[in-house]
Amino acid sequence: MDLSFVILVEIFYAVASLALISAGLAVVFGMMKVINLAHGEFMMMGGYATITAVHLGVNVFVAMLIIAPLIVGLIGLVVERLVIRHLYGRLVDTMLATWGLSLFFIGMATMIFGNTTTSITTPITGFAVGDYQINGYNFFIIFVSAVLLISMYVLLKTTRIGLIARGTMQRSDMAAALGYSPDRIYMATFFCGSALSGLAGAVLAPLVGLVPTSGGAYIAKAFITVIAGGPSLIVGLISSSSLFGVVNQIFTFGISPVFGDVALLISAVILLRLLPQGVTGKFFKGKM
Amino acid sequence: MAASHVQGKTMTISRRKFVAAGAALTGSMLLPRVAMAADTIKLGSILDTSGIFDAYGKPMNMAMRLAVDQINADGGLLGKQVEVVSYDTQSDMALYSQYAQQLTRQDKVDVVHGGILSASREAIRQTMHKTKTLYFYNVLYEGGVCDRNIFINGVTPAQQVEALVPYAMGKSGKKVYILAADYNYGHITAKWIQKFVADNGGETVGVDFFPLDVADFGSTIAKIQTVGPDLVIAPLVGGAHLSFFRQWAAAGMKDKIALASTTLGVGNEHKVLTAEEGNGIMVAYNYSQELDTPANNAFKKSWADANGGDQSMHEIAVSNYQGVLTWAEGVRKAGSLDRDAVIEALETGVSIDGPAGKITVDPKTHHAVLDVHLMEFQDQGMRVVETLPQRQPIDTQAVCDLQANPDDNKQYEIEI
Repeated sequence: MDLSFVILVEIFYAVASLALISAGLAVVFGMMKVINLAHGEFMMMGGYATITAVHLGVNVFVAMLIIAPLIVGLIGLVVERLVIRHLYGRLVDTMLATWGLSLFFIGMATMIFGNTTTSITTPITGFAVGDYQINGYNFFIIFVSAVLLISMYVLLKTTRIGLIARGTMQRSDMAAALGYSPDRIYMATFFCGSALSGLAGAVLAPLVGLVPTSGGAYIAKAFITVIAGGPSLIVGLISSSSLFGVVNQIFTFGISPVFGDVALLISAVILLRLLPQGVTGKFFKGKM
Repeated sequence: MAASHVQGKTMTISRRKFVAAGAALTGSMLLPRVAMAADTIKLGSILDTSGIFDAYGKPMNMAMRLAVDQINADGGLLGKQVEVVSYDTQSDMALYSQYAQQLTRQDKVDVVHGGILSASREAIRQTMHKTKTLYFYNVLYEGGVCDRNIFINGVTPAQQVEALVPYAMGKSGKKVYILAADYNYGHITAKWIQKFVADNGGETVGVDFFPLDVADFGSTIAKIQTVGPDLVIAPLVGGAHLSFFRQWAAAGMKDKIALASTTLGVGNEHKVLTAEEGNGIMVAYNYSQELDTPANNAFKKSWADANGGDQSMHEIAVSNYQGVLTWAEGVRKAGSLDRDAVIEALETGVSIDGPAGKITVDPKTHHAVLDVHLMEFQDQGMRVVETLPQRQPIDTQAVCDLQANPDDNKQYEIEI
């Protein structure tokens, strides 16, 4: 009984962390069609922003939930103004440009923070469930991830801003004809996407030691999750991260963490063979 | 190399001048600190001073330079100054074989010190062997390398694991779970741990291996609890694996299951972890900054003077320092730089007194006889619990005899 609860928490945690690391990319790549290969580095910068703020004496939750997303969002804003806005609609070119950016960010982080592992302690202590100990921080990640997905849904589905953003992504010329500046909306959307990446990096920072090249560990999983999710932003994110999270944890518990990752990748290959448009290309069509 | 791809585009200076300048520039960049005069001794160094293993490599590099500076300040060796030719392998195993070729064939160094991960040692050992370049691997490792061209002064499982396992089991219990890095060091060390656990009447209830970039240990920690061991022994390696110890503490496991490691602290990880995360973790090494001996205090002072107050020396940095001193002693004794003469001199059982105590070359295996300290992490330091003086590398001695078989050239692995 206790064990099944522990495993259940681990599965939820795996799903939540997949959704979290993919959310920023889902906005930037899923909505805006910018292949952001610097996604992992945005997360890495979120982590460093958190650690730096905590070392400066800021409360760790303020640092994670407010400062890191803001800083990374602002960096994203600068990147969008200087680089990305010239490349909208040029899928392959964005890939090259953002790959260059990722190298640049790794280099900058190495210069500023050094090429060594830095970290902070987890702010929430573990507790006992029967005979087992659970990392309390897992619940925090599940909570953040759930709040994030719900508020993204509410924002995009029910507010006027969300409607304008979605409309602009579909037909920017029509949005312009109705008096909205696509330029500004793209800018704001990229800001949000970057801030989400920064948030993910910040929230995961206390769990892992951070090096400037840490971003590389997330990028593949994030792209697989977003692509397998398909055209619907939030439903796609939830369905693919649930699928991969469950597969990953079953094999991790059953065999080993290495097989967990292998199983995740194999299931992604099979999924894309059967559903080339992603999960929401076939099911839940037309949902957000 | 750096200038070649722009050669064709230059308009203002002649092509010939440009190529010449480029070649000179390239040459000077590739050969840092190589003196052109032949009256110096060249010491080649090959270490990861950047990337995810730099916590190991940077202090090793500082230690090597400190040793060379001290040798030179005392008048050098055989009346010559020692020059360092060093390469940064950037935590990339592919660069090791490339730079090993460069050190042996182009720079033609007299000795090479370096290599950190066992994978990197095996990547360059044969190059050193083939080109007859004397090679020192100064790192704690899994034991068993038998090659007359190499000298190793790091602790081996018989010196470390054999002492650590009974101590840790005595403080916890008989059921042991092993978490190891997924490459040759982790696999062979895990086998040794299993052997010593069985020898001490215990039982290994689980073994898991992790690639070097795995940083999420949540499900592993849950899995360990389902098995319920008394003790976890973790030969984990590098920055990503450090997350395990952090997540273990975050899950509140620290007070439930005892933890020991054969690698944690080698890169001063006990200073990266907080006191709450680290306290009580059991380790066994040759060196600790907390050793209160005149030799260590003098060493720490000269390190601080040389590096602006820095105190980042650790187990394998000190090994590297002691390795350079051992080599220097061998050269002095041989009165020559000739490889065979130096090997013969070292095989007489050369001893040095380093910061971690007396180190003696074992003639049969080219490993080292040294002190091992059982320690526990306490308040970001390593508190010495017990000192085991002058331990022999009996694991390697059991399989390797270079006096009887000087042509042996392989790494023996333990069979279970």
